[in-house]
Amino acid sequence: MTATWIAVLATAAGCYALKLAGLTVPQRILASPRVRRFAELVPVALLAALSAVQAATNGQAFDLDPARLAGLGAAVVALALRAPFLVVIVVAAATAAALRAAGIS
Amino acid sequence: MAPGSRGAEPAGHGRQRDRPPRPVRDGIGLGLAVGVSGVAFGAAAVSSGLTAWQACALSVLAFTGASQFALVGVIASGGSLLAGTAGAILLGSRNTLYGLRLAEVLRPRVLRKVPLAVGVIDETTAITLAQPDPVTAQKAFTATFWCLYLTWNLATLGGALGAGRLGSPQAFGLDVVGPAAFLALIWPRLKSGRTERLVALAAVALALATTTVLPVGVPVILAATAALAGALAAPAATGAHASASAQGEASPAGAPAAPDGTSPADRAT
Repeated sequence: MTATWIAVLATAAGCYALKLAGLTVPQRILASPRVRRFAELVPVALLAALSAVQAATNGQAFDLDPARLAGLGAAVVALALRAPFLVVIVVAAATAAALRAAGIS
Repeated sequence: MAPGSRGAEPAGHGRQRDRPPRPVRDGIGLGLAVGVSGVAFGAAAVSSGLTAWQACALSVLAFTGASQFALVGVIASGGSLLAGTAGAILLGSRNTLYGLRLAEVLRPRVLRKVPLAVGVIDETTAITLAQPDPVTAQKAFTATFWCLYLTWNLATLGGALGAGRLGSPQAFGLDVVGPAAFLALIWPRLKSGRTERLVALAAVALALATTTVLPVGVPVILAATAALAGALAAPAATGAHASASAQGEASPAGAPAAPDGTSPADRAT
């Protein structure tokens, strides 16, 4: 079994265990407002960081690729225009692809 | 959007408050709409170097979109598998809170909890908690879960096979799919509160500032401390979130509130 498979299965097991825990543990354990708020804010923090890191870095170095950043900018515009999720993704990818096809990268 | 990544607009609230609950129709509609985004996940997973089987295993077994995207995102950027796994599991922690709420409404027996847990994600929680009574809630959960589960998994397979046949992922702009997806997933939350925006900005700053000095993948986990700071600074902001949900604001990662802001327990009495 490769390391990637171990990561895939560990992620699956961890995510399932967290779901099951919610159905099983007594209510009072997670009743604290701070704990609830933390669980709400964790995805905001992690996904914002992931988006920035993937858009602007490569490995341990900054990598400001104009086509990729323009694609992310196009996603922001689509989101501001209340486009559905898939439309946002397609607009972002198409923008980057078009710029690269035009020789910008 | 991805399962477990964006809360649904609670069914039957707001301008259509008077209409009878339609748990099955609403659940199927939501399941189809959200599930097709599995195409984006399948494509992103294969572009990051996972096999189509690994992409499908994540969708079948983990079945929580943000965590799935996070794992393949860290792998795509060359991060360690340990960091990717840790980030993905951390992202799944909100499902624990959903499980608490669903257990109150669905009241599953002990053995029933084992299969039920697979379906504990944003969308099923949002639509289940929006129903007026436990019987309707059970129907809503079942319809949403099955439709979303099947659609998401078929879409993942399609995206994974499709991306594998493309040439260079960059030529198709697939390297921007991850960043755009993450942003889209948190967008409604960013609009819903000032704390959310500050936490996101702090997380971005932390991650970028430490990118050149920490191993790949670790800056993203470090960014979770921004959420900790936000929770300690403003733990009582749940009221604002509840009102955002009442206005039909999708909550990509937060706990969906009942349309009137009451807890299911309140309404059951």
